[in-house]
Amino acid sequence: MKILVAVKRVVDYNVKVRPKSDGTDVDIANVKMSINPFCEIAVEEAVRLKEKGVATEIIAISMGPKQAQEQVRTALALGADRGILVESDEDLQPLAIAKMLKAIVEKESPDLVILGKQAIDGDNNQTGQMLGALTSMPQGTFASEVNVADGRVSVTREIDGGLQTVNLSLPAIVTTDLRLNEPRYASLPNIMKAKRKPMDTFTPEDLGVDATPRVKTLSVEPPAERKAGIKVADVAELVDKLKNEAKVI
Amino acid sequence: MNFSLSNEQEMLVDTVKAFVEKELIPYEAEVDAADAVSPELAAQIRNKAIELGLYAFNMPESVGGGGLDYFTQSLIERELAKVGWALHVFVARPSKILMACKGDQIEEYLLPTIRGEKIDCFALTEPDAGSDAAGIRTKAVLDGDDYVINGSKHFISHAGHADYSIVFAVTGSEEKNGRSRNQVTAFLVDNDSEGLVIRRGPKCVSNRGYHTYELFFDNCRVPASKVLGEVGKGWAVANDWLVAGRVMVAANCVGQAQRAMNLSVEWCANRKQFGQAIGKNQGVSFKLANMATQIQAADILTLQTAWKMDQGTMSDGDAGMAKLFASEALAQVSDDSVQLFGGMGLMDELPIERIWRNARIERIWEGTSEIQQHIISRELLRPFGC
Repeated sequence: MKILVAVKRVVDYNVKVRPKSDGTDVDIANVKMSINPFCEIAVEEAVRLKEKGVATEIIAISMGPKQAQEQVRTALALGADRGILVESDEDLQPLAIAKMLKAIVEKESPDLVILGKQAIDGDNNQTGQMLGALTSMPQGTFASEVNVADGRVSVTREIDGGLQTVNLSLPAIVTTDLRLNEPRYASLPNIMKAKRKPMDTFTPEDLGVDATPRVKTLSVEPPAERKAGIKVADVAELVDKLKNEAKVI
Repeated sequence: MNFSLSNEQEMLVDTVKAFVEKELIPYEAEVDAADAVSPELAAQIRNKAIELGLYAFNMPESVGGGGLDYFTQSLIERELAKVGWALHVFVARPSKILMACKGDQIEEYLLPTIRGEKIDCFALTEPDAGSDAAGIRTKAVLDGDDYVINGSKHFISHAGHADYSIVFAVTGSEEKNGRSRNQVTAFLVDNDSEGLVIRRGPKCVSNRGYHTYELFFDNCRVPASKVLGEVGKGWAVANDWLVAGRVMVAANCVGQAQRAMNLSVEWCANRKQFGQAIGKNQGVSFKLANMATQIQAADILTLQTAWKMDQGTMSDGDAGMAKLFASEALAQVSDDSVQLFGGMGLMDELPIERIWRNARIERIWEGTSEIQQHIISRELLRPFGC
């Protein structure tokens, strides 16, 4: 069984980002970049499926600037077998990414595509679902448990109010939620081995996709600073304030 | 000139950082308070380090080590040093000296040590031979097929949980420049050998939970096959390793200083006095600026020295400068951190007092600051015959 796993290059979760002074974008000059944490969970799940003997090959793919090959290498160090980089300096948006993933899916015919449910930069939560629509593959999103057996994958989904299990025929798409697994760290020998694993590079044009952004960011500003709270005397005053000042009830 | 790290080095730093944060830091307060590491915790850390391939990362790949250059090793040391030696000692870096093992010694000592099945310790220092290491008095006398060792060692780190010691003893003397000099030989001595008693040394203010020991040799018989390297050539085996060790100490100092710095910056941005963050005061912010500058300088000097070591162009003076500057920078930075934290900086609820205490040993072990100054100045003056 072949697994395609997508990894996105994002600002490291430890970095405190700030908007640029002209408010056009987030300032990511000279900040640490990493694999999106949800994508790390996707890689881990793929590696576990390989360790269980379910998967035979894992292909890690990233899309973005040349430096995104660092994230592909990290996925290779975590256990993926080969890598693909779709290199583009465009602001790649979910629909373009999904279209390019579709082109790769047609090329590679994976049995399972595992993606993070969303990236911590755009928080779009769209790519997996769009890929499902474009390829007509069944999808199990927000996965907290994944089991592959008898040519099907059963995905336990974290939904509002509880858990839902869907049973999908392969090939299928899974997007990972936080509780699916705890990703490992890359070991020293595997980091060294990753250097020798193959990586193919394509451009959006190679894949026949127009990656021009369709959505324009108008401005970026920091969230409003939280104001200090107040103490209320009793429940009646609380209800009154919620109703008439905060207007939330 | 290229100052950027390779992709592999970045990944390795990320791995070690995560390992330290998840597997070591959570235990540092309890280990410090108890002045002990439980055998279970020690085994847990060792096993995780083996699993990650970090165990014996300083040793060549040909014998099962990490096969990393000194530059990359110093990056790892810098991250491990975010906690004290009590915990990161279990990510063992066996003595490089063991590469002098030959014949049966390879299977008996070198390889098991790299696999984590045996632990080595380094026994050179004596009560009357600290900075003057050549002045050791422990003697080994050949008697039939054995050497008989008599004497004592002290400040021998982690000897209590080591399986064997690399012991330096005088085996003869030679005339050089009209002066008599000791000939020293290195031996592999099993710690359960008859005639060897190992006793816990005094409590140390730095690195609680990481203990030093005293070794007493009373007619301890060691087969001649346990000589490490050549008879009378103990210094030849030790010297390269000792110099490399100084650069790793420098990297360790940078790591400790970085942790104190990060904690201090966060504190100064959040701690409010007189209605504003204390970092708004120049008396505080300029201190932060000086601390950061000292650390940056120490870091660059250390990494450059490690790089020189990889190129084979490092002198003893270079290693001395890195060790001297980084350990003195750490002393200043850790002391400044205590000052910025005020009273809380001295309380054991925060890591600051621990970093401050641990910093103190760095200007002493692996050659005091004064010995480093001696080595550096000797190198400067020697071409002039001075």
